[in-house]
Amino acid sequence: MKSISMVLLLGGALVTATASAAAVQGDARRGQQAAAVCVSCHQANGGGMNMPQGESWPRLAGLDAGYLYKQLQDFKAGTRVNATMAPFANMLDDQQMRDVAVYYSQLPAPAPTPPSLTPAQAELGRKLVQRGDWDRYIPACNSCHGPNAQGVGASFPALAGQQPGYIKQQLLAWQQGARHNDPLNLMLAVAERMTEADIEAVSLWLAHQPAQ
Amino acid sequence: MRATQALWIAAGASLSALAGWAVAEQAPVKLPEPKAGQYVHQAPTLEDLAQDPNIKPQLKQVIRKGYDLFMNTQQLRGEYVFNDMNCRTCHMGEGRKMWAAPVWPATTTLPDYRGKNKHVNSVEERIAGCFSFSMNGKPPAYGSDTMLALVAYHKWMASGAPVYERNIAGRGFGKLPEPELKPDYARGEAVFAENCAVCHGADGQGQKVNGQVVFPPLWGDGAYNWGAGMTRIFTAAAFIKHNMPLGQPGKLTDQQAWDVAYFINAHERPQDPRYTGDARETREKYLNFHKHTLYGTEVNGRILGQHTNTGEKPFLKPAVLRPRTFEQGSDQW
Repeated sequence: MKSISMVLLLGGALVTATASAAAVQGDARRGQQAAAVCVSCHQANGGGMNMPQGESWPRLAGLDAGYLYKQLQDFKAGTRVNATMAPFANMLDDQQMRDVAVYYSQLPAPAPTPPSLTPAQAELGRKLVQRGDWDRYIPACNSCHGPNAQGVGASFPALAGQQPGYIKQQLLAWQQGARHNDPLNLMLAVAERMTEADIEAVSLWLAHQPAQ
Repeated sequence: MRATQALWIAAGASLSALAGWAVAEQAPVKLPEPKAGQYVHQAPTLEDLAQDPNIKPQLKQVIRKGYDLFMNTQQLRGEYVFNDMNCRTCHMGEGRKMWAAPVWPATTTLPDYRGKNKHVNSVEERIAGCFSFSMNGKPPAYGSDTMLALVAYHKWMASGAPVYERNIAGRGFGKLPEPELKPDYARGEAVFAENCAVCHGADGQGQKVNGQVVFPPLWGDGAYNWGAGMTRIFTAAAFIKHNMPLGQPGKLTDQQAWDVAYFINAHERPQDPRYTGDARETREKYLNFHKHTLYGTEVNGRILGQHTNTGEKPFLKPAVLRPRTFEQGSDQW
């Protein structure tokens, strides 16, 4: 059983997360400084912003440090392609990436203010997230992303309380082959079986769920 | 309510065509075709249950309780379940899916003789076997509320299926042809590292969040014990081939499935409840079962199963595992 890193927030001071060997070694205080370039999109509280008509900026606060670190590495290496993120990832060296990842992982997750969803969307979204649709071989999101879609380790990020526009964009990106840094094509397999209505429903429903 | 009837499926019909959507899939589901003449079942969903006007509300409630127990069997942890498993862990897709050991056939083909315990079993005794072996525990009592709920869920999913029709498409996990190469630990280890570790952990111990199992362990104290059907290499190989990685049935080659099934089942796990005190002796006694497992054989310098570890379970053998004998019934009365 993997040990879970314990995070202590003492009177506003941030401390480095102690963790098992597999976890990211980084300094949150240095990370906060390096993250100055991140704030304009991901916001000071790390909550991101939803842009229904454009490219949404995801919540980073409270996400797993290992996951964040890998995404930064992937943006820099080009294994995850995003024109907006590439220059920012290129600004960070390896240690800064670790520091930034640890910093964001320790921030409390602010609740997004997502658009409301229709009862039909809520029913569909909840079903896909909690039970999946096995007639179409769509496993429940929770089967990998955790009991309340709050994430599992470094490979399966939290989805609950994430910006809905971002979730939707990523599902479409997997569907279209624009994103392919998922292990074992796990997300490709799921995304290509989802309809537009499915994607809309899960994105909105997940955004409304508590992040922590 | 979905109509259930025997379907004759022409060879070559693809899964996408059956499901009614046509997409150029990059990661398609690859499963066997039903054979001509097999009964192909359409198990109802919870949505069907909610909308069925012919099922009394009290029965719906019991079926939903059965569903809840099936999906979250961990709620019985410490009482009947002593490992990290749920029914749905192996009986995937809510126990409804072909090639993922759908559970409804147990209600239409039992009572029947089973080679595992060499006597006629009811569906409750079949479920008792799951608790005793796969869940490393003991079953809820025959006729109890819990057992009733489980049976109700299993049987409702059989709605429309012919009684004692045994030629069922997609029953169990299917069966792979014999592998070209003899299954091998080292090859299996490589398959595991590449395809399984991201979910099940590099150490095969799975992953939990806040104490709740997300990805189950595949060996060790939290896994199925040495009496479980999954310890049979051919069973695990078929399960893996037709269900893993999650959402991608058919992704591995047959050889990869055999090799990783061997690798997983070459690791230690809690004791077989039928343990006689010696693993080789137990293997011989139950050879009809263990000829398919590595239990009681030497792997990497140790005899597998030669221990007294029952994991979290504070006993070895549940009382329910006992022979049955029947006097010859009379037809003169």
